[in-house]
Amino acid sequence: MRLHLKIWRQKNSQTSGKFVDYDVDGVVSDMSFLEMLDILNDSLSKKNEEPVTFDHDCREGICGSCGFMVNGLAHGGVPKTTVCQLYMRNFKDGDTVTVEPWRAQSFPVIKDLAVNRTAFDRIIASGGYISSTVGSATDGNTLPIPRPIAESAFDAAACIGCGACVAACKNASAMLFVSAKVTQMALLPQGQVERAERVEAMVAAMDEEKFGSCTNEAECSAVCPKGISFKTITRMNSEFIRANIFGSGNGE
Amino acid sequence: MKLDSKAPSGPIETAWSHYKDHLKLVNPANRRKHTILMVGTGLGGASAAASLGELGYHVKTFFYHESPRRAHSIAAQGGINAAKNYQNDGDSIYRLFYDTIKGGDYRAREANVYRLAEVSVNIIDQCVSQGVPFAREYGGQLSNRSFGGTQVSRTFYARGQTGQQLLLGAYGSMMRQVKTKNVELYERREMHDVVIIDGKARGIIVRNLITGELESHFGDAVVLATGGYSNVYDLSTSARQSNVTAIWRAYKKGAGLANPNFAQIHPTCIPVSGDYQSKLTLMSESLRNDGRVWVPKKQKDPRAPKDIPEGERDYFLERRYPAFGNLVPRDVASRAAKVACDEGFGVGATGQSVYLDFADAIKRLGHASIESKYGNLFEIYQQITNENPYEVPMRIYPAPHYTMGGLWVDYNLMTTVPGLFAIGEANFSDHGANRLGASALMQGLADGYFILPYTIADYIGGTPLQKVSKDDPAFKEAAKNVQNKIDKLFAVKGGKTIADFHRRLGRTMWDNVGMARNKTGLEKAIAEIKNLRNEFWQNVNVLGDKNNLNPELENAGRVADFLEFGEVMALDALKREESCGCHFREEFQTPENEPMRNDEKFAHVAVWEYQGENQQPARHTEPLSFENVKLTQRNYK
Ligand SMILES: Cc1cc2nc3c(=O)[nH]c(=O)nc-3n(C[C@H](O)[C@H](O)[C@H](O)COP(=O)(O)OP(=O)(O)OC[C@H]3O[C@@H](n4cnc5c(N)ncnc54)[C@H](O)[C@@H]3O)c2cc1C
Ligand code: FES
Repeated sequence: MRLHLKIWRQKNSQTSGKFVDYDVDGVVSDMSFLEMLDILNDSLSKKNEEPVTFDHDCREGICGSCGFMVNGLAHGGVPKTTVCQLYMRNFKDGDTVTVEPWRAQSFPVIKDLAVNRTAFDRIIASGGYISSTVGSATDGNTLPIPRPIAESAFDAAACIGCGACVAACKNASAMLFVSAKVTQMALLPQGQVERAERVEAMVAAMDEEKFGSCTNEAECSAVCPKGISFKTITRMNSEFIRANIFGSGNGE
Repeated sequence: MKLDSKAPSGPIETAWSHYKDHLKLVNPANRRKHTILMVGTGLGGASAAASLGELGYHVKTFFYHESPRRAHSIAAQGGINAAKNYQNDGDSIYRLFYDTIKGGDYRAREANVYRLAEVSVNIIDQCVSQGVPFAREYGGQLSNRSFGGTQVSRTFYARGQTGQQLLLGAYGSMMRQVKTKNVELYERREMHDVVIIDGKARGIIVRNLITGELESHFGDAVVLATGGYSNVYDLSTSARQSNVTAIWRAYKKGAGLANPNFAQIHPTCIPVSGDYQSKLTLMSESLRNDGRVWVPKKQKDPRAPKDIPEGERDYFLERRYPAFGNLVPRDVASRAAKVACDEGFGVGATGQSVYLDFADAIKRLGHASIESKYGNLFEIYQQITNENPYEVPMRIYPAPHYTMGGLWVDYNLMTTVPGLFAIGEANFSDHGANRLGASALMQGLADGYFILPYTIADYIGGTPLQKVSKDDPAFKEAAKNVQNKIDKLFAVKGGKTIADFHRRLGRTMWDNVGMARNKTGLEKAIAEIKNLRNEFWQNVNVLGDKNNLNPELENAGRVADFLEFGEVMALDALKREESCGCHFREEFQTPENEPMRNDEKFAHVAVWEYQGENQQPARHTEPLSFENVKLTQRNYK
């Protein structure tokens, strides 16, 4: 297979970027999208041209490092798939493919396809955890958790923090990312103690990082490689209202 | 090189608690005056940073990833062991200890392994309290499964994403300390050197990967939690960026390197499909609970698996090892698969794979039950191979996966350099010559949550530590050397890509320092690696700028280190004239092709000491004594 690529090249955060055209040959269907870029990069270095920079690491869809827009869709638009697990069998010979970084004010481009997503870490630092000091835990089985609850908590906990939800949203909102964490903790008995403060702190941090607001387009969950449900946003909204009304006490 | 293991004597059951009771402490008010430099934020580094932050130390963390949550630990699939005996199936701390020592083919230190088994139970409690969504039974209790090399069910898991959930738990705890400013994050930093002042590790040189600036950081202790080096084989199940640089540079500063040749080849990985391949994907060992491994009884059988009748299949693990069957340890399963393929029974286009078949389990337990246990693994498999494992058996082949070798550490997890600690996969400590499944996560978290916080206090509390600053000549000198090396890489301007050298090194390692080794092959590998290294420094091409994000430069530095490290690995394999665990020397095997240990001469840890550029390193030994288990030939029949 031969592909025509239009790839965003940008030297660093201070300079502006532009699309550059490349052709890549010898693409086979069992190759991943990143392996196809590896081939392109190999051919660029052989020509003494600087390879295209993109973040990646695990290449099995779990670390959340990879992520960029392929033909305008986050991770290429195949359901529940990161771009490292996007296989070239989804393309055909002669296709033109546009590749550009996540576009969001809170995710500035560092170089080419690599962006800075450390805003997510700062949101987690604001309260996206259960405060449990090492050494103080009781036996794991003293707290039985109904299986359906554990399963739903897991579904939300599966978020890999790749940022596709933000990139897909026309408002560049981080609601799906934040609501996934809020949901995991709100469902679990361990998460009850800090339930109200957590949602308030995380929402405040999200605003501080200048993510946009949610207007219920659900583009985020449509592209989420881990299938995080839009229902988590509904839950977060209700958690937020609950916290506003009752606070962290019993509301009396 | 002095190798004092500091392993406590006396009854092993109480050794750690007794030892702990006599370690020095640091007064809570003084802790914030002590800075600890933590390199790496995988399970080892994140759990250690969280615990030390909670205690009140000032912890600076460094990692080349963008976020601590992206460390390679995130990819661990199958589970984590703990001697909880929730299943009432006879498990105990002793049994986990025994299985680990035996699984490691009697090449690990008893005291460390016992302590690991002992704290394993606290790890599960800690993780549950953090909200890690472990699998549950319908009654709400924690669920367990079995892993290879054991006859009990002691593995806790969170679907096929246990590493992700444990790391997110540790990361959350660490981020809580970031909020209190006890822990600081230095993301996209690569450690290039350890700085030693007055014979103690007092700092590091890191490169800011975005600006290219070399930064000096100082503190009272340095901890390396930098993971394993399976990528010396180029293709492995490790994340693409995992590398040996941190421990290799520490080795060059005087830290002993233990058993570097002990590298685990995992039996169940998706086979290679083409030259373009960038990594090998693991299919968790947990699959061997329900999957049956087989090859056709006829060589080069062209039939589709469903057309091969039961009687014409060789379930070779069940046949050779009836007691453990498909759940033999990894080294045993890998070698058996290799033998089957070498003899021409392999399947698939290349003949380099064997079947892992779920048909019986699906018949017995139903599609839904298999889906709930392994759904995401089946999905990954299908995504990659375009084959549906519910309908056709998976095809698997062994691949480099985990490295038991690493920096030598004493019972305090300190290397031979005072003040320099190593935890997680980066150290050599607990797995001997073969790691059992679900034990790496346990070890990383044991080190970080429950061991290092005690032993590092003993060091800080008991060591006079002079004030140091970045202006110390040792920092200037180290930074200059790092800069020279970077400049030298750019200066070559040759005609070959970095990937090309990595691929060729990987080939040599896989062919000669892989699943089966012999003297001739190892000598050949040493010569080939030397040549390849010379060629690299004459003909590599590194593009881009040094003052900008530049993955080419990062990769070039890592491959340059692998090209030195690979030679020591081969040398270590050459000098260990026995077979044990993963280290299978063809010259030393039983008539049934099982590894033959030589306890008289090799019941020791081999520790290599750097002797200078292009000099053969010196080999030292730490003798291993076994007082609580009897040395026998491992038998899984
Ligand atoms: C696919 C796969 C599945 C696995 N499944 C299991 C399992 O089910 N059960 C189990 O017990 N084990 C499993 N393992 C093994 C286990 O995941 C690892 O051994 C373990 O996670 C290693 O953790 P770590 O903290 O030591 O290092 P890592 O998680 O590798 O972290 C290394 C850290 O060091 C940093 N770093 C490295 N070098 C430098 C440098 N020079 N400068 C700055 N930072 C640096 C990185 O940024 C990273 O933060 C699996 C391994 C693989 C590959
Ligand atoms: S590279 Fe890890 S998710 Fe894609």
